[in-house]
Amino acid sequence: MKSAVIVFPGSNCDRDMAVALEQATGAKPHMVWHRETELPDGIGLIALPGGFSYGDYLRSGAIGANSPIMREVKAAADRGVAVLGVCNGFQLLTEAGLLPGALLRNAGIDFICRDVALKVASSQTAFTSGYQSDETITIPVAHHDGNYFADNDTLDRIEGEGHVAFRYDESVNGSARNIAGIVNAAGNVLGMMPHPERMIEPAHGGSDGKRLFDGLVQALG
Amino acid sequence: MKTRIHVTLKNGVLDPQGKAIHHALESLGFEGVNDVRQGKLIELDLDDSVSDADIEAMCRKLLANMVIENFEIEREAA
Amino acid sequence: MSDTASESQQSITPEIVAEHGLAPDEYDRILSALGREPNIVELGIFSVMWSEHCSYKSSRRHLKKLPTEGPQVICGPGENAGVVDIGDGQAAIFKMESHNHPSFIEPYQGAATGVGGILRDVFTMGARPVANMNALRFGRPDHPKTRHLVSGVVAGIGGYGNCVGVPTVGGEVNFHSAYDTNILVNAMTVGIADTDKIFYSAASGVGNPIVYVGSKTGRDGIHGATMASAEFDEDSEDKRPTVQVGDPFTEKLLIEACLELMASDAIVAIQDMGAAGLTSSSVEMATNGEVGIILDMDKVPCREEGMTPYEMMLSESQERMLMVLEPGREDMARAIFEKWELDFAVIGEVTDTRHMILTFEGETVCDIPLGPLAADAPNYDRPHVPTPKAAPLTDIPESTDIGADLLTLMASPDLASRRWIWEQYDHMVMADTIQRPGGDAAVVRVHGTSKGLAISTDCTPRYCKADPVEGGKQAIAECYRNLSAVGAKPLATTDCMNFGNPEKPEIMGQFVGCIEGMTEACAALDMPIVSGNVSLYNETTDSDGKATPVLPTPAIGGIGLLHDIEKMATVAFKAEGECLAVIGASYPDIGQSLWLREIHGREDGPPPRVDLKDEKLHGDIVRRLIDEGAVTAVHDISDGGLLVAVTEMALAGNIGIELDAMDAAFAFNECQARYLVTYRTDAPLDRNAVPFEKIGTVGGDAVRVNGADIPLADLRAANESFFENLMGR
Repeated sequence: MKSAVIVFPGSNCDRDMAVALEQATGAKPHMVWHRETELPDGIGLIALPGGFSYGDYLRSGAIGANSPIMREVKAAADRGVAVLGVCNGFQLLTEAGLLPGALLRNAGIDFICRDVALKVASSQTAFTSGYQSDETITIPVAHHDGNYFADNDTLDRIEGEGHVAFRYDESVNGSARNIAGIVNAAGNVLGMMPHPERMIEPAHGGSDGKRLFDGLVQALG
Repeated sequence: MKTRIHVTLKNGVLDPQGKAIHHALESLGFEGVNDVRQGKLIELDLDDSVSDADIEAMCRKLLANMVIENFEIEREAA
Repeated sequence: MSDTASESQQSITPEIVAEHGLAPDEYDRILSALGREPNIVELGIFSVMWSEHCSYKSSRRHLKKLPTEGPQVICGPGENAGVVDIGDGQAAIFKMESHNHPSFIEPYQGAATGVGGILRDVFTMGARPVANMNALRFGRPDHPKTRHLVSGVVAGIGGYGNCVGVPTVGGEVNFHSAYDTNILVNAMTVGIADTDKIFYSAASGVGNPIVYVGSKTGRDGIHGATMASAEFDEDSEDKRPTVQVGDPFTEKLLIEACLELMASDAIVAIQDMGAAGLTSSSVEMATNGEVGIILDMDKVPCREEGMTPYEMMLSESQERMLMVLEPGREDMARAIFEKWELDFAVIGEVTDTRHMILTFEGETVCDIPLGPLAADAPNYDRPHVPTPKAAPLTDIPESTDIGADLLTLMASPDLASRRWIWEQYDHMVMADTIQRPGGDAAVVRVHGTSKGLAISTDCTPRYCKADPVEGGKQAIAECYRNLSAVGAKPLATTDCMNFGNPEKPEIMGQFVGCIEGMTEACAALDMPIVSGNVSLYNETTDSDGKATPVLPTPAIGGIGLLHDIEKMATVAFKAEGECLAVIGASYPDIGQSLWLREIHGREDGPPPRVDLKDEKLHGDIVRRLIDEGAVTAVHDISDGGLLVAVTEMALAGNIGIELDAMDAAFAFNECQARYLVTYRTDAPLDRNAVPFEKIGTVGGDAVRVNGADIPLADLRAANESFFENLMGR
């Protein structure tokens, strides 16, 4: 399967994401600069990596969400192409309107980098098909603005429609209803704050992140 | 022409930085501070040809995130 | 100085000379170097080049004694950073640098720009930065400023490193009243480059273009280099406007743009604009290349209007670099920097005059012969007196309850868990962090290989204060042990020498003593110093005239090489039933121990002796045991002594330990050259090859010593309590 990693000025997990995608798909992903106006043909998976696009200036993800390539990412998402946003990628997806809600400053104010326990809220999405529902997995977070916010009606809706993919199994950053990752209504766009690409081999301390990529690639065929 | 955009968090959105400032003011001994909300001030230097509607669009498209923030436009009198 | 006309006509009064931090005799040297009076631009350039920070005028003759060579060394001190061979055509490039004074004045920006500066030193040479470390010293925890400084410094280091995407993988932190008004913020960066793609600073090629890239120049930090070379007084808090502001986003773009350009063959020489900005970078490039340089100040990208050449030359705006390009490559280079949305300007060219000439608005505003600027630079042999030897302890206090002492120590400022700090640093970005903070050394994998670089920062300032020579040795020895304890072969070190006022003979004596000890240890342990930095005048004089210098703090950053990361050792106990042993002999040397200080309130006695032969031998043995897979966990014994180290192993593995009986002197002495190891009972260590003593058996959920159980939960709570209490979160 052909995949692409969008590179913004200030992205810094683009290489890590590329390593994880290459491991899962068997092919190097296309690295696509944010000023491009077209995606390569036949891309089946688009990843928005972690980092600090535009330095997180104004709001995390706000400036990058207006980059030229994002029009193409939206169009691809509308066509059903899988889009995975991790950390800053999740922030970009909410700022671009591809996912509901927003990511606010962590409730404890400080940046947080550590392994966290996550509950797989639903294994019914392509992104979580490598897990069992309600399974607890360990994946690290590294963010300053990971406190998920949406109004209560929106939260009720995404919970009711099964769009919560992951929840923190402990208090991490103040996220509403402990939401760590959500999918869109069509199920082909996932945003999550934890970094699965940092937990893909024993040297990382575990492989729970690898299962996301492997499951996703298998589900996408 | 100078135009100021005041961006503030909507009521009900948790503002941990505002809370921290509030706490710091109290620990410095300032009394009577009931609440603190932190926002942003963005100054634009605009041509006269830029309309109010244009500024409004800038705010909605980029300067504020309407999910969590409100904005207020303050245009300096010409 | 509102415009250039007044600038070049301004006559130089003794007051102006003094304001530039130059002594009268130093001004006389300027007159002889130039053969005339300088104008204000020239005076400014001399003042920064001859500041302690840039010229090492008090330390140069002593630094020369340090071992700097070895077969592993590709480039020693003198360039932006040291370069060490790590095999397979790859090199590690690293350096540590201080940002002490700026961090006291504005902790967030001071620490952040310290990280930015050291990153530039490393990627300037062609390396992709792969790890940041730091060595921090704060005042006593209950000093009114300490909490604010800790909070700001940690946030600043994280704010910068996290954004540029280089993992901050570890460091060290001490608290002591000697740092109440002079904190130390030392930042280290390690990068990796191909050995055939290393870039140096020497300009060459008459007519080659000199290119300015990065951020625009503003008025920030003017006189930062002279500020870093002056003692604090009570007015220092008003110096805030000269503090630079960091922009890690621009730095990230600068890293990517420079590395992209470095992949071509367009760069002749490159130098970052650190302290004293455009002045030091241009002077060093021309001096190192034995050429001349001409710069057109009208072409310098400026952030503010009306900036004068004086301000441009002295600005310390961050995230800027100066390069000499091959002729005809400007357009290609410009395209790369424009892609990354960075400024790019050809501002001058290389000449053969050996003069630095600056022009502005069609006039020459500076003409300095570079030979005399370097040759006439002050090089002082400051008077120094050795620190008197401390008397041996004659009255060693007793302990009635080792367990209670242990709980107190685990919660003490210098031994408490640093988790609160490192969780604010992205220590995993780049996905090659193989050993996270909290162990003896951090380990980052060399990307795409099975090799690992181990990194550790070390210094025990209280030892250096009591005995600078032994303290200097110990700093190197502890670094050697920490690298060995993860299984890495120690390769080389960088030093960051933080001391008080060198014009005082006893302070200069501390400096000379530490250098002597370091020299001996570096030679014995084959860990040459390949880069470094000196920070003097870390001293505050209060209104009563009482001076408080920092503890002598020669912070050491070392790197080591692991050939196979799968063999790496960690401190954590692995399994119940395994044996715990100590390698190396224990002497009841309790002087200067944390037990003496934290339990008995005494900072006295001589520090533990350092036997470099034992250090070498035991390090070799431990690395061999790790390589053979004969040990399951390894931890070096240092601050706090054996029982503290055992407890750290238990907490890391979340498994208890049953220990043989011991007295307080054995439990808490800090004698050197020792490691703790665990091994399986079915694979005992060879008594003929390893000088060890078995002291316990892994198991349970407590540290059991002398018949008492101290639950791990209590020890962990104590260990975590310090930062929670200090920071209130």
